[in-house]
Amino acid sequence: MASERIVIIGAGPAGVRAAQILVAAGIHPIILDEAPMCGGQIYRQQPPVLQRDYSELYGFEAPKAKRLHDTFESLRGSVDYRSDCLVWNLEQKNLHILHAGNSETISVDRLILATGAMDRILPFTGWTLPGVFTLGGAQIAFKSQACAIGRRTVFLGSSPLLPYIAYQYAKAGAEVVAVLDTTARAAKIRALPGLLSGGMTFIKGLYFMAWLRTHNIKYEYGVTPGEALGDQNVEGLRYTDQRGNQQMLECDAIAFGYGLRSEMQLADLAGCDFRFDPVSCNWCLALDGHGRTSVRDIYAAGDGATILGADAAELSGARAAHALLGDLNLGSQDTALGRLNQELDRMNIFRSALERAFAYPHHLAKAIPDSCIVCRCEGVTAGEIRSAVHELGADDINRAKAFCRVGMGRCQGRVCGPATEGIMAAVLNRDQATLGRFRTQAPVKPVPMACVWEKPPEDIVL
Amino acid sequence: MSTSQFHRLGSPDRSRVRITIDGHAHECLVGDTLLTAMLTAVRHLRISECDGKPRAGFCLMGVCQDCWVTLAGGQRLRACTTEVKQGMAIDTTAKFDHGI
Repeated sequence: MASERIVIIGAGPAGVRAAQILVAAGIHPIILDEAPMCGGQIYRQQPPVLQRDYSELYGFEAPKAKRLHDTFESLRGSVDYRSDCLVWNLEQKNLHILHAGNSETISVDRLILATGAMDRILPFTGWTLPGVFTLGGAQIAFKSQACAIGRRTVFLGSSPLLPYIAYQYAKAGAEVVAVLDTTARAAKIRALPGLLSGGMTFIKGLYFMAWLRTHNIKYEYGVTPGEALGDQNVEGLRYTDQRGNQQMLECDAIAFGYGLRSEMQLADLAGCDFRFDPVSCNWCLALDGHGRTSVRDIYAAGDGATILGADAAELSGARAAHALLGDLNLGSQDTALGRLNQELDRMNIFRSALERAFAYPHHLAKAIPDSCIVCRCEGVTAGEIRSAVHELGADDINRAKAFCRVGMGRCQGRVCGPATEGIMAAVLNRDQATLGRFRTQAPVKPVPMACVWEKPPEDIVL
Repeated sequence: MSTSQFHRLGSPDRSRVRITIDGHAHECLVGDTLLTAMLTAVRHLRISECDGKPRAGFCLMGVCQDCWVTLAGGQRLRACTTEVKQGMAIDTTAKFDHGI
């Protein structure tokens, strides 16, 4: 056992809790994380030179953020932690990593993937204009950079983060022009019974909504995004309100998003099985109930496996580590696994209510105008995707990629994947799940060519 | 209309860092990412090779790859995950093509 090399990828809530369980069992994992400091996105830390206190950064979640950071600090002597470290390829059990410009390959015996998530978006006209950012991006600007993304920001989309980030901005003194929620109020009311199971989490959500109302910040339900206006940067937003009337707001920034999608590129390269979850309309990793993927010795946890939020990520991180300990024959893990799964089941009830209260507006994909850019890396429009289906016969997402370059750019379809699936599903009148996912290619993120070749071919100038 | 995209919310008590954007001098703060440094001075980071329109990044977490900028010397950096350094000279008009 001592000779087994165990690697955790990601130092967010899932990765940190996984590490904690392993260390408690006497194992010293390697932790590889892209960020300069632990915490993931939700508990992302500010550069040390910024000295705002925890409550200013994380609000009600300050105690949780502090606990997670403190836990990680207490593990530092027992783990091989490498920050600023990109895992750009995974071949069998070899990880190709890039750190401070240096490339290295390390072989692993067992791997816990805790790779997190990013915002899920559906494009609307003008969304590539400077001033339009993801909701998560808007929060990062605030948390890690003490900035607002603009002087007058509109928050748009469907996500539990929508009222929360708008509240954070307004509380920090930024002007919030409006919060535009694409989910109808009736859907939220229908989700109420399930939401009540969320306890304090639900009450905090209500608090943010009430705070926005008492501070006279417009909160509209059931809106449909129209167009980000402006030539060189955002000057306004046109949208349709719930009664079907066209509205226009002046603003210089728009934060938008429709929940999250998992970062699953490394799991894909490893050959792990995926499944489409019809409730969240998201691709997830297929897990065995204890955090084992379909590939032997590879475990997964947190939002990088299934979007369940930060609290569940801590639990599933611990769960994956217990499953791993069990597989190493380090004693029965049944009690711990049973307890963790009980808690996760309880959270799942709340989560599925949240999915209805902040529904993914999949119907919007059908309405994306032909002229609207969908793939911002390659500049591919919705019309070009539809032509790839109509005229060239693309019947799965990777065929469409081959025909019109959608998803072929630097982000590998992370941003345009859900929209492309939705557009194709509407054209073909098929279930989104049948269109597949964009296949991952190494490197999973851009790396300098010098990393890929130990010795560059002589005829190529770098 | 403001000439910068980002708007600082406090924490200004930091040392200054000087950079140039398209030859114009700007002052930003220690702890800024290159993206923050640029967007507190101007409204875009680069010109898209696809549609010739300005872009200012999107996800801010190193995923969307929309904020790669070019330094005057030709070096390319992902602005949202790069710490700004004194003397950086950024060329927002550089042609990007498809390489990194």
